[in-house]
Amino acid sequence: MFGLNAKNTRLLFLVIFLVAFAPFLMNPFPTDSAMAQFNAGYPDLMQRFVIFGIFAIGFNILFGLTGYLSFGHAAFLGVGSYAGVWMFKLLGMNIIPAIAASVVVAGLLSVVIGFVCLRRSGIYFSILTLAFAQMMFSLAASVLTPITGGETGLTLSLNDPRIFGAGAVDGNIPVPGFFGLEMRSTYEMVMGGWSFSFNTGYYFCAIIMVLAFYASIRIFQSPFGLMLRAIKTNQTRLNYTGLNSRPYTLAAFVISGMYAGLAGGLMVAMDPLAGAERMFWTASGEVVIMTILGGAGTMIGPVLGAGAIKYMENIVSKINKGILEQWFSFMPDGMSDIFVTLIYPFIGKGWHLTLGVVFMLVIIFLPGGLVEGGQRIKSIFSRKKTEDTPADGAKTPAE
Amino acid sequence: MGILEIKNVGKRFGGLQALGDVNLSIEENTVHAIIGPNGAGKSTLLNCLVGKLIPDTGSVTFQGQSLLGRKPHEINQMGVSRVFQTPEIFADLTVLENIMIPCFAHRDGAFKMNAFATLRGQSDITTQAEQILDDVNMLEKSHMHAASLSRGDKRRLEMAMCLVQEPKLLLLDEPTAGMARADTNNTIDLLKEIKEKRDITMAIIEHDMHVVFSMAERITVLAQGTPLVEDTPENIKGHPKVREAYLGEAQV
Repeated sequence: MFGLNAKNTRLLFLVIFLVAFAPFLMNPFPTDSAMAQFNAGYPDLMQRFVIFGIFAIGFNILFGLTGYLSFGHAAFLGVGSYAGVWMFKLLGMNIIPAIAASVVVAGLLSVVIGFVCLRRSGIYFSILTLAFAQMMFSLAASVLTPITGGETGLTLSLNDPRIFGAGAVDGNIPVPGFFGLEMRSTYEMVMGGWSFSFNTGYYFCAIIMVLAFYASIRIFQSPFGLMLRAIKTNQTRLNYTGLNSRPYTLAAFVISGMYAGLAGGLMVAMDPLAGAERMFWTASGEVVIMTILGGAGTMIGPVLGAGAIKYMENIVSKINKGILEQWFSFMPDGMSDIFVTLIYPFIGKGWHLTLGVVFMLVIIFLPGGLVEGGQRIKSIFSRKKTEDTPADGAKTPAE
Repeated sequence: MGILEIKNVGKRFGGLQALGDVNLSIEENTVHAIIGPNGAGKSTLLNCLVGKLIPDTGSVTFQGQSLLGRKPHEINQMGVSRVFQTPEIFADLTVLENIMIPCFAHRDGAFKMNAFATLRGQSDITTQAEQILDDVNMLEKSHMHAASLSRGDKRRLEMAMCLVQEPKLLLLDEPTAGMARADTNNTIDLLKEIKEKRDITMAIIEHDMHVVFSMAERITVLAQGTPLVEDTPENIKGHPKVREAYLGEAQV
């Protein structure tokens, strides 16, 4: 369907199902229960899941297919954000021009950066992209303050021109919307002890993510995608086969830069505020970790990786000492203290430690990321099935 | 006038004169072997032909067009394919995908942005790829990963990848290096078969005299960066200068 084979169609429907029912899937625990803090179904976080999913899907087109590891993709995300906020300031609060501008500006920037950085491959390419991204960050934080708002960030104000929209609504800055549909509007559904929130902004981002995911599947299974995979495995052979690897890598770089710009545009569409820290190198590192954690080079891996990391960032970091003590309160005094002390460094502000441990375990035991983990579980079950069948077959004649 | 004309080519690496003053003409539809001891400059010469190196002096023309300063993919698109000493294939891709890539290069040129086409939709490419796999007896392996092929099969695959582009000139860099005698003979048979079926010129760099004398129609002996002598295999065997420089211990 849609020009996809059966396997990829299933994958697409799986993603559609996951994002469509995320408000339920992310809120499995009743609001008043002790487990409620593991609920991730609030609009803000769900928006981040899908936005970073888009970012990672795009990054995977470059890194997963061509093997070029960019350490500067946050620059495109940041530039996309700034472009989006400027559209809100100049044109109006409709998110369509903002998102379009984000994609275009990030695309243009990636043409320039890609053209320079793709002269080298391997670690030199990574370092060049890192250098570019840090340059962009420093510019945004200092020299370009009139455009970027410097360290305080770029925010909307009541004095913005907004030629096609209202400058102010009831004396307040208007909120971003899709032809009048406000992104922040949320419908709360209460069912028994559960409460589920359906947020306009989330569903807008989710639709965009499904489209972005669909486009990425198409790229993966196209002749163009085949050439990108060929670049990863043997660039020498590709060149001696009459194919010019440079335009292929540049095209992949620009496409993934535009994905990053799209993610940046959506971020400001949800919350019209852009800061330079969005372009810091740790933000670039985060998308690398997301992609590898989920499974680089697989289609769904980056989405899973983005979800896993954003979940940990927001949920593990919210667990504090008091909650820990509550968990272990059933134990004798001395023992609960020991457990609390042992686990304490991994929660709250220490969530990076948890992430680091999880990341190391995945790299060592599942080099193919979470997707490989899923495949292994699947193969265990299918092996059991095939082992069962001959056993049954042997039994039948005896009966 | 041959299909490939090499005139006064010289190449120096620091203090080492890798190629002195090479003049070589390869006639169309012949198998031309270039032999010589280690360090004679055979591989340097080959690298000058495919755009990997640019010679310091001299000229290289293919069908009347200069190859100097052209990129490897441009030279390939002109009809020159190269088989490497250690097979260069796309190890992470399947055998069929390996063959499809040169098919695309042959059909679409050096770059085509067809990101929304599907691989399965390219029936002409798949047919062509399966055809050539059948020719080299690898059709049943078409869905294997190229990395898991035996070395002999990797070599066959690489040759098939070159042949599917219908090159006018095929450059072979020690195609039987490190092979057992049986595999060597298979490779010789394969190359002879290719030669019979198509109009193709081959330039072979080889150490194995068995391969050279069972295939080559002309032989150039290279020593210390300069061609010592160029002649037919019969004359080379008995040539005193060649025996002295190279064949002395080969007992042919």
